[in-house]
Amino acid sequence: MKSSFGLRALGIIMAFLPTMATAEWNLNFTPSVTLLGEEIHAIHNLVMWIIVGISIVVFGAMFWSILKHRKSVGHKASNFHENTTIEIIWTVIPVVILIAMAFPATRLLLATRDSSASDMTIKATGYQWRWGYEYLDEGLKFYSTLATPRDQIDGGAEKEETYLLEVDNKVVVPVGKKVRILTTSNDVIHAWSVPGLAVKQDAIPGFIRDIAFKAETIGTYRGQCYELCGKEHGFMPIVVEVVSEEDYQTWMQAKLAESGAPSFDPDKEYAVAELVAAGEQVYNANCIACHQEGGLGMPPTFPAIKGGKIATGSMEGHLDIILNGSDKNPMMAAWGPILSDYDIAAVIAYQRNEINSSGDIIQPSEISAARAD
Amino acid sequence: MEAVHDHSHDHHVPTGIMRYVTTTNHKDIGSMYLWFSFAMFLVGGVMALVIRAELFQPGLQVVEPEFFNQMTTLHGLIMVFGAIMPAFVGFANWQIPMMIGAPDMAFPRMNNWSFWLLPPAGILLMGSLLAPGGAGGVGWTMYAPLTIQQGMGMDMMIFAIHILGMSSIMGSINIITTILNMRAPGMTMMKMPLFVWTWLITAYLLVASMPVLAGAVTMTLTDRHFGTHFFNAAGGGDPVLYQHIFWFFGHPEVYIIAIPAFGVISEVIPTFSRKPLFGYPSMVYATASIAILSFLVWAHHMYTVGMPVEAQLYYMFATMLIAIPTGVKVFNWVATMWKGSMSFETPMLFAQGFLFLFTIGGFTGLVLAVTPIDIQLHDTYYVVAHFHYVMVAGALFAAFAGVYYWLPKWIGKMYDERLGKIHFWLSLIFFNITFFVQHFLGLAGMPRRIPDYALQFADWNMVSSIGAFGFGLSQVFFLYILLKAIRSGEKAPEQPWDGATTLEWTHLPTPAPYHSFETPPDLRN
Repeated sequence: MKSSFGLRALGIIMAFLPTMATAEWNLNFTPSVTLLGEEIHAIHNLVMWIIVGISIVVFGAMFWSILKHRKSVGHKASNFHENTTIEIIWTVIPVVILIAMAFPATRLLLATRDSSASDMTIKATGYQWRWGYEYLDEGLKFYSTLATPRDQIDGGAEKEETYLLEVDNKVVVPVGKKVRILTTSNDVIHAWSVPGLAVKQDAIPGFIRDIAFKAETIGTYRGQCYELCGKEHGFMPIVVEVVSEEDYQTWMQAKLAESGAPSFDPDKEYAVAELVAAGEQVYNANCIACHQEGGLGMPPTFPAIKGGKIATGSMEGHLDIILNGSDKNPMMAAWGPILSDYDIAAVIAYQRNEINSSGDIIQPSEISAARAD
Repeated sequence: MEAVHDHSHDHHVPTGIMRYVTTTNHKDIGSMYLWFSFAMFLVGGVMALVIRAELFQPGLQVVEPEFFNQMTTLHGLIMVFGAIMPAFVGFANWQIPMMIGAPDMAFPRMNNWSFWLLPPAGILLMGSLLAPGGAGGVGWTMYAPLTIQQGMGMDMMIFAIHILGMSSIMGSINIITTILNMRAPGMTMMKMPLFVWTWLITAYLLVASMPVLAGAVTMTLTDRHFGTHFFNAAGGGDPVLYQHIFWFFGHPEVYIIAIPAFGVISEVIPTFSRKPLFGYPSMVYATASIAILSFLVWAHHMYTVGMPVEAQLYYMFATMLIAIPTGVKVFNWVATMWKGSMSFETPMLFAQGFLFLFTIGGFTGLVLAVTPIDIQLHDTYYVVAHFHYVMVAGALFAAFAGVYYWLPKWIGKMYDERLGKIHFWLSLIFFNITFFVQHFLGLAGMPRRIPDYALQFADWNMVSSIGAFGFGLSQVFFLYILLKAIRSGEKAPEQPWDGATTLEWTHLPTPAPYHSFETPPDLRN
């Protein structure tokens, strides 16, 4: 009995070891690489010291009285119940402390909200559940989606160090430049925040807000969505890579070349197997969160694709809902702006031939034609 | 004559369940409020434990993200509207008439109706889990436009809030009328026990703020079903408008919960310090100023929506102002204890726990008042820690203090003092294990309302989950203490607390008779 209990306890401890190995036991803010972030930490420290001071006085009096003025040590109760002088004193002192806090707080707030004279502007658009970025000066657009594999989330695989904080396309910015981020949203409210850069701004559908930061140190900084935006709220990270000016230019050129290239060869007739294989990747990256493994869905909010009316019905209807979203169910987003023609053709092939067995496919070139209509 | 009178009286009182369905007696209704809120507290607590079980380790183990969101939403709504608010209305029903020398509440039938609205609302809230698509997974704040995407469970939650709002407004009208009109001769406003004062102020807050919430959720309802676009930018509306309306209710709501708790503490501390409350008039003025300020600071909950920096400055200064009356209250309580003759029975222990932990909640409130810091901490676990210090260590501990304090008067039996003390220490220790570490998580940047998290947050989350289960079990132990007291508690002495000075202790026998103060006591000399 005893040994089996011991073994079980050991087993439980072993099970926790992977998390213990990355033990951080953080007690304070993530170190900031912006000057404003450091100032925010400094004012936080100042407020904490004020609190320590007040605590010593208030809790000191409280515990002194708990120890000394108790019936069990024979203390007799006094009968005083007012003292105008002391009441004025303990109203005035907090006023003075608050005024002393308000000055640096006001100065810092004005500085953090100043997004003028920025060197570059990136628009960040919240989608359920990914971020879309647009470098306004260069016209570069891309989407940034969680890259942590599903099997790490479900516990099938060991979690990597950047678990849930890894994306397929990072935001890359040059070091020492003031970067202005415009935020907006395509559906519900999200919030764009990277603690290491000390920025947080809601992304609100129909409105554009802005925030700015200037990173002083090269490195990779990770953040998340901070406003509840539905089911996958915890799974839409933000990764900002701060690089040197040269590296930034190299990255930008490569990215522009990549985004200009067509996603498919218009002269090629794609085979079912090829599209299905590619479609599985697209499905796992974009559809599986709601429509689940094997297209089983979570009815009624997330209908099943397996045996579903749309995925077994007409090709036009299937393509329409993927390109334009659903009129009836606001949870089904329009994927036309997000996915390439090739990806849409692939995911349709996967849904119709792997999840279902309708047997038909649509060529990427036909998607381009459908978009043009 | 007397015997005949009694006989006919008994004849009209139904027994069994019908007694409670038809009762207009403030004591019966108070008890029902308290039991209802305790049942809801356990339901909301189980939901909290589902949340903490999922967050015990990184990865998705226990529930799906959608269900997780429904749990955070219902946990918040049930705890705020189902547990804490009805608990203090229960105290109000039991105590206000006895403390001001009134025979009952001013509108006994409406009192019955305000209570019996609660169970249907509770059923709608919990039943929304069974609706197609489940309950709304939108957080208790129910921000638009996420609410538009929800299933029928969202509509059930909206109707539940309507009903709860009606109940609160009726209860408040009853409380205001009772306090203003039914005080015994000689009980002037500035002689009322502070608990009565705090409820008078709270009732005004409720009457002023609940209709605002009803408006917000009604607009959500019409946006969902009737083609309006209040919160839809594409139709000329504004999603942020919802947040302004919600928090115009939401910030006073914080004080609706906290102020009656201040009232209970202001009764318990003087009793067990055997010394009158220090600074009674300043307590009244401080409470009233907190109530007024609470309507002027709402947007400090939404600094990241991108409001003009001038507005942020105004809300920062106004928010800092709240620290002044709140500080006055804490100083007054400490001054009440100072040079008293204190003893530490369970009610006093909980009052001391309240004082210590609520002050910490006030300190983190000061941190959050500084806008540049708040923006970093907005929607992180720091905020979760902060409001649980105020709601749990504040309101809930005060409610425990009140139950232990008044239980002898209510049932005429004593609770087990040793078990009560164990309950206090377990609650205190596990509360801090659960919530203190959440400050660290928030500072490190962990967002609220996520079912899974990055590995850097793993350690404190595990600690917090362990604390949460300990805290939950401690409250089951509280149920045992209550049942033990009711079934086999020792008979309470006429005056169990020698420091108590309010009317229910000085002018009524223990337990309080079913009908008290049929003729008001004369307090004019």
